[in-house]
Amino acid sequence: MAAQMAPQLRETDLLRLATAGSVDDGKSTLIGRLLFDSKTLFIDQLAAVERVSRERGHDFTDLALLTDGLRAEREQGITIDVAYRFFATPRRRFIIADTPGHIQYTRNMVTGASTADVAVLLLDARRGITEQSRRHAFIASLLGVPHIVLCVNKMDLVDWSEDAFEAIRDEFVDFATRLRLRDLSFIPISALHGDNVVTASKNMPWYDGLPLLRHLERLYVASDRNLVDVRFPIQYVIRPQSKTVIDYRGYSGTVASGVLKAGDQVTVLPSGLETTIERIETADGLVEEAFPPMAVTVTLADHLDISRGDMLCRPHNMPTVAQEIDAQVCWMDESAPMAKGGKYAIKHTTRWARALVREIAYRIDVNTLHRVEGVDQLALNEIGRVQLRTTQPLFVDTYQDNRQTGSFILVDERTNKTVGAGVIGRATVVA
Amino acid sequence: MIPSALRRTRSERGPLKSHVLSNLRALEAESIFIFREVAAEMARPCLLFSGGKDSTVMLAIARKAFAPAPLPFPIMHVDTGLNFPEVLAYRDRWVKELGLKLIVASVPDAIERGIVQEEPNGSRNRIQTPVLLEAVEQNGFDCLFGGARRDEEKARAKERVFSFRDEFGQWDPKNQRPELWSLYNGRVHQGQSIRVFPLSNWTELDIWTYIAAEKVDIAPLYFAEEREVITRDGMLYMVNEFTPRKDGEKSERRKVRYRTIGDANLTAAVESDADTLEAIVTEIAAARITERGATRGDDRVSETSMEDRKREGYF
Repeated sequence: MAAQMAPQLRETDLLRLATAGSVDDGKSTLIGRLLFDSKTLFIDQLAAVERVSRERGHDFTDLALLTDGLRAEREQGITIDVAYRFFATPRRRFIIADTPGHIQYTRNMVTGASTADVAVLLLDARRGITEQSRRHAFIASLLGVPHIVLCVNKMDLVDWSEDAFEAIRDEFVDFATRLRLRDLSFIPISALHGDNVVTASKNMPWYDGLPLLRHLERLYVASDRNLVDVRFPIQYVIRPQSKTVIDYRGYSGTVASGVLKAGDQVTVLPSGLETTIERIETADGLVEEAFPPMAVTVTLADHLDISRGDMLCRPHNMPTVAQEIDAQVCWMDESAPMAKGGKYAIKHTTRWARALVREIAYRIDVNTLHRVEGVDQLALNEIGRVQLRTTQPLFVDTYQDNRQTGSFILVDERTNKTVGAGVIGRATVVA
Repeated sequence: MIPSALRRTRSERGPLKSHVLSNLRALEAESIFIFREVAAEMARPCLLFSGGKDSTVMLAIARKAFAPAPLPFPIMHVDTGLNFPEVLAYRDRWVKELGLKLIVASVPDAIERGIVQEEPNGSRNRIQTPVLLEAVEQNGFDCLFGGARRDEEKARAKERVFSFRDEFGQWDPKNQRPELWSLYNGRVHQGQSIRVFPLSNWTELDIWTYIAAEKVDIAPLYFAEEREVITRDGMLYMVNEFTPRKDGEKSERRKVRYRTIGDANLTAAVESDADTLEAIVTEIAAARITERGATRGDDRVSETSMEDRKREGYF
């Protein structure tokens, strides 16, 4: 008898999701429920949770304990960091970046959202839209997360009321018109009882949408990637010094966007010189084309002086070459604020430079979305619009067009800590 | 030129599906990106190789990242003196075949020199940390690649891909650098270092599926075979010099394999018929117990043992 192929051997794709919400909203319970109901949970993990639940005198198995990570957190009863969790269904593999919800952890949510395909925001049906939910939606929008799912949790505590759900949905839709959200869905759930998490709720027959997991399985994310603008940041130059491989010069990197093909005419930045892609190689052989997020090595028809931090693009579709950067920055350093006149190291694609903060135009109140003008610094977890001048030109697109070439980090040159995350808005061309 | 052994045709790789990378190819691409980022930015990286499945996959992908050039960094094995001989033989075979530069940091040697002291329970889990840190210092490594995965354990679920370590090699969970997009920050001062985990986002099943798909040569202990075992604390231990039969214990021959490979005195085998890669994948896909729960005496010590060891400078 032929062995049946494990479902995991079939070609599945990977969906990255970020969750935000506090313990009070039932976020840990929801994640525990997803792991439990998708049968990702292992018996010994569940046994440990059951044991701790009993020790703490709970009447039921507290699935939230699954996501309790470090002793430091348990001691303080809080979540301090981004935790990554994994589960799979026969359709998809999922990576959850699980972030704490409170305002002091804005930087963690920014971190989790930076790579997410979908953000799952949780709120409590009894409390409705809070400042926290508005902040989470704003951050997801700022970080360009293409899909947002608002889970209205604890529907059991509002008698599974359609009216309660509709009121929250209407209020949120009204608020969301001020944000750039591409795809927004609403799901009424009870994480505790499992309603509409993996299986459809019998208690809410009025809801005709999919349960959360089924929704996540079916989300179409392939078109979220930019396959139009060719951007290939040179990451590493391969030049083997060996007797068997002679005169080899390969430019390695990960395709940030667009589709590269052998034979394509390309422009090298910053030199502006043009050449042709000779071959696109992987260790497993040649490929005809490379698209994000493939990691490949290209060889070029001409010998040019190209190094890490340079970029290949198409002659008629180039990023902006800029030293003046206009961006929204989330400040992440607890020891010192970002101040006008401050100098930092900046990393953009594979390129490092130094950056001077020329101007802080305004701070955004993340709870009300109001602009606060006349500020000269950004403290921890604050987000504001800034103008930077860099020592080297960067090859940028707006974050809206390209999450890879529209983002950067700032690093404190004294402590080497990552202190800021930036998404690029307008960028002016170097004169 | 690409060595012919590594070359595969398009039909073997499967057709490209509307520019979507499969889960495994996406994970592989992410790992390759991480290797190249380190090679470009860190002064002296080194790859930790234990002979286990994770470090084997890590090494296989590292070679892909730099092909056709050789690996631009050495590999290091922290030899606790409690390795399965089969694993040491396997390690040496890889090193020889691939022409790798191997550094061995020896725990028995450190015990002899008085650097560390044997612990009463016979576990060398804790005492291998100072030995590792000494080797890092002596060789001036500013970066170590480790094969840890976030799905393995709670403390690891919160670790960065680029994990900062202070001058004492310690991990401080409250003092981690935010990690956004794929913009990794490996900047350190003299004496500090970064631990880098290229397989952070892989699960155990991904590892096995990859091994099967790529036909990665892995240590023979992972395949089921009839072996002489004893049952101790509900776990199956192979009878050998590290776990000899005690008085009153009965051994028997059973078909077993290893799901993880750690120190021979603490790593248990699991009953299994899986003697091919495909069978292993099928078994892991259906497994209902975590790999560490099933096989590791050392992780049963306390709920926070991994967190504590990491704080001291362990992986």
